[in-house]
Parts: sequence; C-alpha cells; structure tokens
Amino acid sequence: MTGTILGAPDISRALTRIAHEILERNGGADNLVLLGIPTRGLPLAHRLAARIAEVEPSFDADARCGSLDITMYRDDLAKHPTRNLGTTTLPSAGIDNAVVVLVDDVFHTGRTIRAALDAVKDEGRPRGVQLAVLVDRGHRELPIRADFVGKNIPTARTERVSVLLTETDGEDAVILSDGKPSGGVTA
Amino acid sequence: MKHLLSTSDLSREDAIRILDTAEQMAATQEREIRKLPTLRGKTVVNLFFEDSTRTRISFEAAAKRLSADVINFSAKGSSVSKGESLKDTALTLQAMGADAVVIRHWASGAAERLAESGWMHGAVLNAGDGTHQHPTQALLDAYTMRKHLIGAEAGPGAHFKTATGNDLAGLTIGLVGDVLHSRVARSNVALLTTLGAKVVLVSPPTLVPVGIETWPVDVVHGLDVALERYDLDAIMMLRVQRERMSGGGNAFFPSPAEYTRLFGLDGDRMRRLPEHAIIMHPGPMNRGLEITAEAADSPRSVIVEQVSNGVAVRMASLYLLLAGEEGGE
Repeated sequence: MTGTILGAPDISRALTRIAHEILERNGGADNLVLLGIPTRGLPLAHRLAARIAEVEPSFDADARCGSLDITMYRDDLAKHPTRNLGTTTLPSAGIDNAVVVLVDDVFHTGRTIRAALDAVKDEGRPRGVQLAVLVDRGHRELPIRADFVGKNIPTARTERVSVLLTETDGEDAVILSDGKPSGGVTA
Repeated sequence: MKHLLSTSDLSREDAIRILDTAEQMAATQEREIRKLPTLRGKTVVNLFFEDSTRTRISFEAAAKRLSADVINFSAKGSSVSKGESLKDTALTLQAMGADAVVIRHWASGAAERLAESGWMHGAVLNAGDGTHQHPTQALLDAYTMRKHLIGAEAGPGAHFKTATGNDLAGLTIGLVGDVLHSRVARSNVALLTTLGAKVVLVSPPTLVPVGIETWPVDVVHGLDVALERYDLDAIMMLRVQRERMSGGGNAFFPSPAEYTRLFGLDGDRMRRLPEHAIIMHPGPMNRGLEITAEAADSPRSVIVEQVSNGVAVRMASLYLLLAGEEGGE
C-alpha cells in the first residue's frame, strides 16, 4: 500500500496521544527534557512539548526542549559524502538526572538512535532515556525499541517513508512510496 | 574538497561551510566531554619542517578531539636532517597509512607539491608554506571576525541577525605590518575578499609585495592615515619578523623605534578605532614593537580567543576532509 498514510489530522492526533503517554509513563512532567533529532525530529519535539505544556501548565515548553545532532556519532559517515553538521542545543539546566525523551520522525534500522544514545552520553548523565517516534517502519538492525509510537507502518525494505512537516516542508503528511520520494526525508 | 592548500581555492560557499562547521565544533568544546568519536581509526600526521608551536599543537588538539590518531613528525631529529627528500618522506607516510598530512614547510608550494605528486593518497592540509599560504590561520581569523562582528552576539556593530550561514560583507579589515613576507596576510586577503569584506593593507613601502596593484585591496603607508581614512571593524597586527628588522644591507626599515612610531598599535591609536572594532594578532606577538601591552591586553583584543577558535576551525577542516567517503563530494 503506497500513498499518503497519515494526513495532518492523523499526525496531530498521534502527537496528542504521545504527549499524554509521556506524562502518564513519567507521572508528570518533572525533570522531563525533549530532544529532537534534526531535521524533522526537532519540530516534532517542539510540538510534543507544546502539548505537554497544555496539560501541565508548569512545564516550560521552550526551556525543556532541545536539539541533538547525531551526525558526528553516525557509524556510516565514511560511506557517504561528507554531511553538514546540525545544531545541538540543550536546555540551560543540562540533562543530568533528567528524563530525556528522544524525538525522531521515522524509526527504521535503529542506527540513528544508537548514535543518539552515544551523543547523549557525552552531554551528561540523564536518569533515563526514552524514545518517541512518529512512524515505526520496522526493519530493525539493532536491539533498540521505541517507547512511544505514532503509527506502525509495515513496509518492504525497498519502500520509502517520507515525513513532511509544516515547519520544514509546508505541509503535514506521511507518504509511503516505491521509488524516489517527491520530497521530505527518507529513512 | 580533497585538500586544503590555499584560501584562494575556496569558493564563498566552501568558506561559509567551514565556518558553520567550526561553529558546531566550538559548541562541542564547551561540554564536559569534549572528545568526539567522529574520526576514530583515521591517522593524521603532523609533518613540520619549520618550527611552530601553536599551529602544531592546535592541529594536534583538533585531531585528538575528533578521536584520530596523531603522529608528530618534525624535521629536526628525523631522517630529513640526514638528507631525505620530501618524496621519500611522503612515501614513508603513505606506507604508515596516513589519512591526512598536515604540512608546514619553509618552501612556498611544498603543500601543493605533496598534494599533486601522487606520492601519497591522503588529504593534505597546508599549515603554512614559505611566504605563500596559511589557510587555517585565515579561516580562524574570519571565524573570529564573523563571531564578533556579524550576528546577534556581536552587539551594536552587528550587521545581521545570526552569524551562521553569513559572510563578512560590509566589514572593513585592516592588516598592518610586513605583508611582503606574510603568508597570513596572503591567505587573509584572498579569504576575506571572497567573503565580501574590504581589506586595507597598512605597510611600509618596502614591505609591500611587487604587483600589489593587482590585489583587490587598498594600500596605505602609515597607521594614522588608515585610522583617519577608514572605519576599521577589525585590525590585525602582523608579526614583525625580527630577522628582517634592521641592520646590515637587508633591512626593510630603519629602526624598530621608527616602525613602532608609524605602524605600532598603542592605547591612543586603539581609542581612535570605532567602538566595536576588535584587535587581532596571529601570534607570536612582539610586545612593544607592533603592539603595546595596553592594546594586546585590552578587552577589545581577541588574540587569546583566536587560539581556541583555531582548534574549532581545524576540527572543521579535518572533519570536512576526512569524515566522508573517499573521493566524496
């Protein structure tokens, strides 16, 4: 099945549900830090933080949201042309003893998250690390799982999942395709 | 980009990419754990045929922070002093599996010779060749200028909202001193011009290279004239190389005192610079000759910061040359 898997309302509902699940799992928003993995994990982290702040007014969405660039921790750097680095910005309070929720758009082989765990380790020592993703497309190559999933999409390895977000692409959609994607990131 | 030999090879986009990457590298250097795993398994050789402290240490720190293995090779006490040629040295490095060679050589063009010879297959980074080029010095200078003079952090003198992604358009930079023998000046003129800045060379007539009229710069002979005529956003004092100072038939100016009087930066001249202007020096400084302690140690001096920015810029250069697939781009 190819085509648009999730539209804007589906994405919005999934994020609202994940925000509630994060609060439920952690018994509130104390010590919670959301780190988005660039490019598209970042707007997703901000959206989740905004939703959490709606439920828990004491949660300062901007102060508890950050960006974690994993480029320099990738295990496939030497297999691709040199990648440009993204930005890493952490909450000013740091991540020591916080519960860090990593946020990414597509969960695939697990290698991005492996790199993210290494990057987190160099930034501090959080009390726990959890993973929230918009789409889980399967085909894990490492023993890593997600804590919060927007939608499980069964895919063939050859298929492509493109996540489009208003902040980066002008619209919200998740598209499954056979060949080259029309835009957005693939994973 | 396979090698980093000269700033005149860099396009505006290349240069901005290096500066942006250096910005991210600098951010990692403020953490508790400053080491990154990025170049694990790569070998960087520091090949130094000429004395250098800060450039060699800076490259060594940059490579180590990225987890590369570093081999230091200085000509003194090596087979070079027994007469080994550059070619045989290069073949040795190739056999040792060097992924990158950082070369400092007294002869102009040595880095290019090494890169184009086919003697070895790693990346070559020019760390200063004769009176020709010193690209990472110019890049760290440009990085320092961009950080202080462009972008939100820069304060009232800022031209743009953020430094990232921007060039140096609109800035006027003064380079003061011995341009003739200075590879730092040559590298800076090419890079700053590419990045859109205006360069003013302030130098005694005897220390201006032949053919200067083809350079994209203004030339004045006297620091007072420069301060009167231009609103300098940054002033870079070049080191007076002592062996060229005075005495004998090969003197380029009559006396150190006269040089200081016409070209030295002291407190009075510093106060005539615009409010936001920064003071730079590539080091090592001759205090009391080209710059007084008052200027060198003032809050407007970024001379010490240039050193730490040097590590970030060299990390960026090593990353961009070594991290991706071979023959990539």
